[in-house]
Amino acid sequence: MSVPHALLALLSEGPKYGLRLQNEFEARTGEVWPLNVGQVYTTLQRLERDGLVETDDVEGERSRKRYRITATGKRELADWLRTPPELVPPPRDELVIKVLVALQVPGTDIHDVLQVHRRHVVGIMQRYTQVKAAAGEDDVALALVADAELFRLEAIVHWLDAADVRLKQLPPPTPAQEGDVALEPTRTMEVSP
Amino acid sequence: MTNALELRQVSKIYGSGPSEVHALSEVDLSVELGELVAIMGPSGSGKSSLLTIAGSLEEASSGQVLVDGIDLATVSRSDRAKMRRRSIGYVFQDFNLLPGLTAIENVALPLELDGTSAKRAREIAAKALDELGLAHRADRFPDELSGGERQRVAIARAIVGERELLLADEPTGALDSVNGEAIMRLLRGATQRGVAGVVVTHEAHLASWADRVVFLRDGRIVDQTVAPPGPESLLAAGDRR
Repeated sequence: MSVPHALLALLSEGPKYGLRLQNEFEARTGEVWPLNVGQVYTTLQRLERDGLVETDDVEGERSRKRYRITATGKRELADWLRTPPELVPPPRDELVIKVLVALQVPGTDIHDVLQVHRRHVVGIMQRYTQVKAAAGEDDVALALVADAELFRLEAIVHWLDAADVRLKQLPPPTPAQEGDVALEPTRTMEVSP
Repeated sequence: MTNALELRQVSKIYGSGPSEVHALSEVDLSVELGELVAIMGPSGSGKSSLLTIAGSLEEASSGQVLVDGIDLATVSRSDRAKMRRRSIGYVFQDFNLLPGLTAIENVALPLELDGTSAKRAREIAAKALDELGLAHRADRFPDELSGGERQRVAIARAIVGERELLLADEPTGALDSVNGEAIMRLLRGATQRGVAGVVVTHEAHLASWADRVVFLRDGRIVDQTVAPPGPESLLAAGDRR
């Protein structure tokens, strides 16, 4: 989550004080992403230094300052909205690593390992859904934030399901020879942009 | 709490000899009134067999199925049919509405078949449609309704009357995710008003509307989630991001 750009977006509606920016940030992200007031003012100082926002009162206390977005800030915001986030290369996924390692550990039921993680992920999804259900259908901001988490988690469940099917199709393992080293050299997955 | 549905050591075998298929093996499952349970599992794991046996649409090869405390094996065929009409409501992926009847007639039909007067059945059906936000569509035929509306009519038909067990097989399969969520909200609402619900789905974001998610694999229950601790737990300091 880019706090500077979220603050620029809030200021694009008109000049605002720091405290109001903090309240609006939390409200519009369904209160799932908290932001302390210190973070707000530090970020605003940085935005001011970079010429992306300006204040009405240069000499006043920070809580009395009203911030407004500059033309440069508007351009920066428009560029950011249209810049795809970094998705490639994929992050090192601990779950994938655990499953790959589990395949190497003798006596490990891989389907049991997959199920433990599936249950955990679905359990977290139930909690996000409870948040959405408690908020009501008209809280669009919260629904969007909860959906983002739910669909991210659902992708993990899909991956676990696919892993289950792929591993079921494998021939039964042959007993390891003494002195065998099962681990293969690491391969890097290249994805063309 | 009362168990609206109880499966005790239920097994289902199709075919015989070398072509024998074990669809369900010694399944134990209880669903209380007021509880929504989701069943998840890969294709061929026995999800649909579990639902059809729970709804007495087919018989188990062994084990006991109790609906509202009554062992289905101990009641006559005609009494089982009566239970299906009175106690159990079904929701299917493809809605299964009768195309020649309007929304309200579709909802009223099971009541009329069960001996309720046409006038009274219509009143009850109108109330059920109203609860699902469909009062203004009551006189429309199924082909004049959207997919989401048709499924809401099917839910109204499934919960109308004194039914205590609601069984849904992939009820959101033909809908987009937002309409699918609306259906899950309705199913959850119905169970929160005291009905027991079992929903089969392969989509985790829909299963997450349930109080409990049960995982089937190769005809066996291999795992289940416990009831989530409540929304506030997610927003507790340690979890906030």
